[in-house]
Amino acid sequence: MEKALFIIFAVIAVASALNILLQRNPMYSALSLIGTLVSLSALYIMLRAQFIAAIQIVVYAGAIMVLFVFVIMLLNAPREQSNVDKQKWLRALAIPFAGLLLAEASYVVWRVPARAMPPLDSSSSGVGTTYSVGTKLFTEYLLPFEVTSVLILMAIVGAMVLARRQDD
Amino acid sequence: MIPLSWYLGLSALLFTIGAVGVFIKRNAITIFLCIELMLNAVNLTFVSLSSYFGDMGGQLFVFIVMTVAAAEAAVGLAIIISIFRNRESLNVDDADAMKL
Repeated sequence: MEKALFIIFAVIAVASALNILLQRNPMYSALSLIGTLVSLSALYIMLRAQFIAAIQIVVYAGAIMVLFVFVIMLLNAPREQSNVDKQKWLRALAIPFAGLLLAEASYVVWRVPARAMPPLDSSSSGVGTTYSVGTKLFTEYLLPFEVTSVLILMAIVGAMVLARRQDD
Repeated sequence: MIPLSWYLGLSALLFTIGAVGVFIKRNAITIFLCIELMLNAVNLTFVSLSSYFGDMGGQLFVFIVMTVAAAEAAVGLAIIISIFRNRESLNVDDADAMKL
């Protein structure tokens, strides 16, 4: 049952990811990425990471992708031009590099001990809940959390400076 | 139960698709979407190893990676808007002012 669910969501994730590459219109690519994000969120729930699954939907598929779609519509989604003659060799180089990367990754994964995930109702069932995430975040990982807020502040200022019109 | 290697293999496959997209796409926004895909592949590795070892550190790191992705999207899309305003094009081959 669980393996069937994993295979269903993995196939959806990989198919949506491939669809990002196949589409020429960036709007359809963005919508395909939302499909990948939602199926990854389902996999997070299977991994007992409920809080991460929720913020994957709310922050990623909600906020970040809305920003992408907004910018694509603001720039009127120009279709990708097919003048790839300049960089044809780069495109031909992508396939062997992808094969090499995948071969390296599968070599590493091959050496992972073939043990299964701990069962869902084990003693550590409180791993992914909001309570445990919040407790860890505001005690042990307080400094990274505060640094993150500074990063967000700098991103806000940087985005406003960069996207402002030059003539004012 | 699902072996750990399935999750790691899926993550490697998604990362490779994102890397190929950065190579073969010419539209700046699509390249950005492929970078987000690679970040998500790494997030899947973090969450699966966190669940495997029963340690919360991986999930908190995913939280931070999501924040970095949000900041990167905001700044990167602002850069794309200003490039589009200057050059009337989203093709990355047109933004070659630093080319030798």
